Amino acid sequence: MFYIHCPYCQEHREEEEFHPRGEAHLMRPADPDNATDEEWGDYLFFRQNPRGIHHELWVHSVGCRKFFNITRNTVTYEILETYRMGEQPSITAETEKVRKEQGVQTADGGWQTIGAQPESQALNEETSS
Amino acid sequence: MTQTHRIDAGGRIDRGQTLEFTFNGQRYQGFKGDTLASALLANGVDIVNRSFKYSRARGIVAAGAEEPNAVVQLGAREETQVPNVRATQQALYKGLVARSTNGWPNVQRDVMSWVGKLGGGFMPPGFYYKTFMAPASMWMTYEKYIRKGAGLGRAPHDSDPDIYDHMHHHCDVMIIGAGPAGLAAALSAARAGARVILCDEQEEMGGSLLDSRETLDGVLAARWVEASVKELASLENVTLLPRTTANGYHDHNFVTLHERRTEHLADTASEAGFAGQARARLHRVRAGQVILASGTHERPLVYANNDLPGNMLAGAVSTYIRRYAVVPGKKLVLSTSNDHAYRAALDWKEAGRQVVAIVDARANPDGDLVRQARDAGIRVITGSAVVEARGGQRVTGARVCAIDLERFVVTGKVEELECDTIASSGGYSPVVHLSSHTGTRPQWNEELLCFLPGEVKGMISAGGVAGHFGLDETLADGERAGRQAARATGFENAQAITLPAIRARRDGKACALYQVPHEKTALRAPKQFVDLQNDVTAAGIELATREGFESIEHVKRYTALGFGTDQGKLGNINGMAIAARCLDRSIPEVGTTVFRPNYTPVTFGAIVGRHCGELFDPKRYTALHQWHVENGAEFEDVGQWKRPWYFPRTVGGKKETMHEAVARECLAVREKVGILDASTLGKIDIQGPDAREFLGRVYTNKWAQLAPGRVRYGLMCKDDGMLMDDGTTSCLADNHFLMTTTTGGAAGVLEWLELWHQTEWPELQVYFNSVTDHWATMTVTGPDARKLLSELTDLDLDKESFKFMDWRDATVAEVPARIFRISFTGELAFEINVQANYALHVWKKLFEHGEKYDLTPYGTETMHVLRAEKGLIIVGQDTDGSVTPEDLGMQWAIGYDKPFPWIGKRALSRPDTLRGDRKQFVGLKPKDSSVVLEEGAQIVFDKEQAIPMAMKGHVTSSYYSPSLGHGFALAVVVGGRERMGQTVYLPMADGTVHEAEIVSPVFIDPKGERQHV
Amino acid sequence: MSNVSAKEFNTVPAGNPAVESPLHWSYQQQKTAGSVNAGVTLREKPLLGHVVLRGGAIVMDEAVRQVMGMSLPAKPNSVTRDETGERSIQWISPDEWLVIVPGGEEFGLERSLRQTLGDAHVSIVNVSGGQTLLTLAGENAREVLMKTVSFDVHPLAFPVGKGVTTVFAKATVVLRCASETEWELVVRRSFADYCYRWLLDASKEYGIDTQ
Repeated sequence: MFYIHCPYCQEHREEEEFHPRGEAHLMRPADPDNATDEEWGDYLFFRQNPRGIHHELWVHSVGCRKFFNITRNTVTYEILETYRMGEQPSITAETEKVRKEQGVQTADGGWQTIGAQPESQALNEETSS
Repeated sequence: MTQTHRIDAGGRIDRGQTLEFTFNGQRYQGFKGDTLASALLANGVDIVNRSFKYSRARGIVAAGAEEPNAVVQLGAREETQVPNVRATQQALYKGLVARSTNGWPNVQRDVMSWVGKLGGGFMPPGFYYKTFMAPASMWMTYEKYIRKGAGLGRAPHDSDPDIYDHMHHHCDVMIIGAGPAGLAAALSAARAGARVILCDEQEEMGGSLLDSRETLDGVLAARWVEASVKELASLENVTLLPRTTANGYHDHNFVTLHERRTEHLADTASEAGFAGQARARLHRVRAGQVILASGTHERPLVYANNDLPGNMLAGAVSTYIRRYAVVPGKKLVLSTSNDHAYRAALDWKEAGRQVVAIVDARANPDGDLVRQARDAGIRVITGSAVVEARGGQRVTGARVCAIDLERFVVTGKVEELECDTIASSGGYSPVVHLSSHTGTRPQWNEELLCFLPGEVKGMISAGGVAGHFGLDETLADGERAGRQAARATGFENAQAITLPAIRARRDGKACALYQVPHEKTALRAPKQFVDLQNDVTAAGIELATREGFESIEHVKRYTALGFGTDQGKLGNINGMAIAARCLDRSIPEVGTTVFRPNYTPVTFGAIVGRHCGELFDPKRYTALHQWHVENGAEFEDVGQWKRPWYFPRTVGGKKETMHEAVARECLAVREKVGILDASTLGKIDIQGPDAREFLGRVYTNKWAQLAPGRVRYGLMCKDDGMLMDDGTTSCLADNHFLMTTTTGGAAGVLEWLELWHQTEWPELQVYFNSVTDHWATMTVTGPDARKLLSELTDLDLDKESFKFMDWRDATVAEVPARIFRISFTGELAFEINVQANYALHVWKKLFEHGEKYDLTPYGTETMHVLRAEKGLIIVGQDTDGSVTPEDLGMQWAIGYDKPFPWIGKRALSRPDTLRGDRKQFVGLKPKDSSVVLEEGAQIVFDKEQAIPMAMKGHVTSSYYSPSLGHGFALAVVVGGRERMGQTVYLPMADGTVHEAEIVSPVFIDPKGERQHV
Repeated sequence: MSNVSAKEFNTVPAGNPAVESPLHWSYQQQKTAGSVNAGVTLREKPLLGHVVLRGGAIVMDEAVRQVMGMSLPAKPNSVTRDETGERSIQWISPDEWLVIVPGGEEFGLERSLRQTLGDAHVSIVNVSGGQTLLTLAGENAREVLMKTVSFDVHPLAFPVGKGVTTVFAKATVVLRCASETEWELVVRRSFADYCYRWLLDASKEYGIDTQ
């Protein structure tokens, strides 16, 4: 259960008031009629699904009904920031500070043994360096 | 039966209140303040269960949540049965009835016990899988008997007489555990002004202080507990939750607590004198900071036959003596790797019983407690351990031998000591479970020989769980944690509080000992149990590693280590240490398995709370519901709405069947006049100068020319070109529209409109608001609809001035109304919208005047038949998210030449949506007029082909038409529109094959004349 | 009509036809005798005027000052009231407010606001038939709310004058702290019976008086 700061209500609310709507900052091709099938297919069906920092579109459906964005670590589930429509994230996967901090907390994705897998250990060190 | 093991003085029990209880059919007595476990021990009950796999006799091992054996089925009556209750956590009450979970016909003589007596190799890990593997089809049969033999408790067959509920909390500091660290933390955070919740799973707060030998400010530690709890209870910013287990620790400092409110008093809340109150409550806590003060679990040592009744944890022995005045035996041997466990021997001796020896694995133990024991004349055997317990139904002796920890071998001659109790201690494992729920990893501490909680944002671990094992350290750490948490939640002035004075004790260093070596190899020695609840042995873990299971997660799944309701409380660390030794790795390299919620079992009742019975899910009612109930409607669930399904009449004392009622209702609409409550349709008010432009972008068809006073049907697609909703939208004024949606789609469509407006086209000036509940909608339809309505309104209903697809403001039965000439039946129809508070009045007036026209109320079933006869789709029934408007043959509602590339347009020219073999919407006429096809039935073109047949479509809607006198269906069929007149086949599961002709989906009035009259 | 671009419609009849609040039927179904020393008191304030305003805050604030003599709430999640306490305006979102006025005033209010707002891009929607206002009071009212809504109802987090839209069990509610002793719950008509039954059930252990 997330605790989400709604940038419009300006306070934290329980997850049950919100709906996730997938990846944020998707651009509908400006000229759909002249978009290629591939461009349109990318827009419709293909998503980043990253391990780590992800920007997501959510809506405060039981609340102000406003859509907004969340920068979230898909591994730790930590919400790093929420921001209004039309704004850009201040934290991205490229932010060096985040790479460090989040790298340390990264669990062994998919592998449930804590500390058992040398390769996942290496993966963590890689992301944190 | 007398309480043979009870001592005359001491303990926190009330000897004045004797409580009778029944265990496995036998009556016993205990005292108020006992747990079921302490009362059983007081009565000298050795065997409390049979083990899960080997059916070995088992006794009580621990005194808390970590108890693996004394898991009982509680409840005097069928409806009050509760499975998986730990006797160590269940307070004794008058009339308590409990049974062993395992063991049939009884725990003393178990029919399954032959299993455990056979050689060690008989049931190795994977035994069931390996033995009952073939034939695979028989596994279901085998499993039934295996499970019956094992037994895992059972749910009651009768419904629970109690109620349960949930409560939401928000606090600054959530403190888990009210031992010394938790209490100190609570005092410092609470005095700083923070909102504090302090929970503890036991009957009394105080934790280890309740059975401590140590003094605080010169008096017994329990006194300080009393004073502290009293102070906390008096503070308004503190919520105390005793008998409350923190069971889950979730994202963003969300903690679930399971409070047992009356379970310590009686079987049910009403028997406990709390009728109408929740028996258990699930608290959902959102905390600023969490202080984990969950303490430690003592680790038992792993030696041969360490599961015989009479083998106990050293700390549990102390707890039973000091807290419950029960000495669980006469002659004690203590086997330990540390100083702290010595207190068990000291307590035992002070209780007037014999301590045969303390066997210490260390060569030169020299702490204060060791000296005390020696001063008391207790024999201390050093550099040794109990390697094997002797006995049948209970311990009768201990085999003691010198051991070499480095080489993992026994070195000297075995000495056999006579005793009835063996207490063991292999050190202390911080209760890191809750921190692990968050996904963080525990960290191995080589100095302390234990895993400590990993780092969790917003969590502070304090006291024992943080590796502070001395009481002075624990208190100071708790106090510091409370202060730190208060400061972190905005109480920056939190001050250090004065802690009670403690005489510091010097403890010697513990040694690392998990499995004790035996003269024989683990596979040949008597069983050395690691996980008592799941019957996992050291040999089993060895075997697993030899068979190639190297990951501890695989070892866990192969052996069942740490499974079930136990979640590895006693066994996990030992199991991992053994796996590490076998794999020649270090413990941190092997790692731990993941502990998952819940920490201890939670009843379904508590999870469900109030969300059951009538309140399971909201039932949404229209303003006319009362009338429907009074007029005998049968109801259908449409989403959360209760809609009248049909209105059966009773004719000559006989109630109509659904078929009869629907046939009558259908004919009434086609021949006279019917009325439908359509209030559940979603209604969205749209205002703004760009409202029209917006409609043009979200609907597939054109809106530019729709004049005020007119209505239009629209199709809404997703950007993948698939139909998502449909409905009519009326132009109320140039900048003002009223959109209707499907009943189920209402909320989704509103959110959809907002999504596009807020994220894609914020420049468009338009607002959307739901008015679904504001308006009640009544559809009056049929040839006599105009005559009826004209009696109640002054509005000119003439077909020239009020055309099909017009709307008008009017007054109906004195009530302001908005009337829409739209039709979902194909007949003349008026949809009347009135403010919902006046709906029943208007509805009743329509019936007063409708009597002479035989006005017939109809429900959703008739509505479905009538619309299907007209080939009108229902989104979600005739479509499934993979159907385009083209597939439906609704090209007339697609505005390809609209200027803006509306939602869904581009996708309609993708290769996939242009495929020639897409399924298209058609009608089906069964060849046999008595057949009503099954909805969902698959359609094939060649009935002679071999199975699996090529499925070419399916039936989406199918009914009997009273107007046509035969069954008919709507369907989607590959290339269907090119196949008009062709015959298709519908093979059914029972072998019959129906034949049908592909026809137009419009079965009645294909020219649509009737709705225009 | 000043603003021809939107359609006004007075839903209140001139005469006196029978009228029923959303909880009318539920009251009949589930009567509770006023229990002595009830810890919770539940009342419906039926048939009030409920109007949703959408638009820019500045222009809307000016209009409600002129028409209602009161201002829009300045902060998110807050409620302003007139001196009588009978008229209130609640912040719902940065461009949405819920106005509740005595029953029958809603159409006049809508008309006056439209006249005042002229051509401004706003939306005014009468939702009076679609929701109803309940009041919850008594010693245990807050505990009942803790069983019902996940939002923090502690006075520190939910002072008098605050109002939020949030989850009510499995439905939704507009929740307002009207005074130190009284809460207001605005529930949707179709969910009203569910909310009412829930409140009866959750209040049972304290005793409930619904009059």
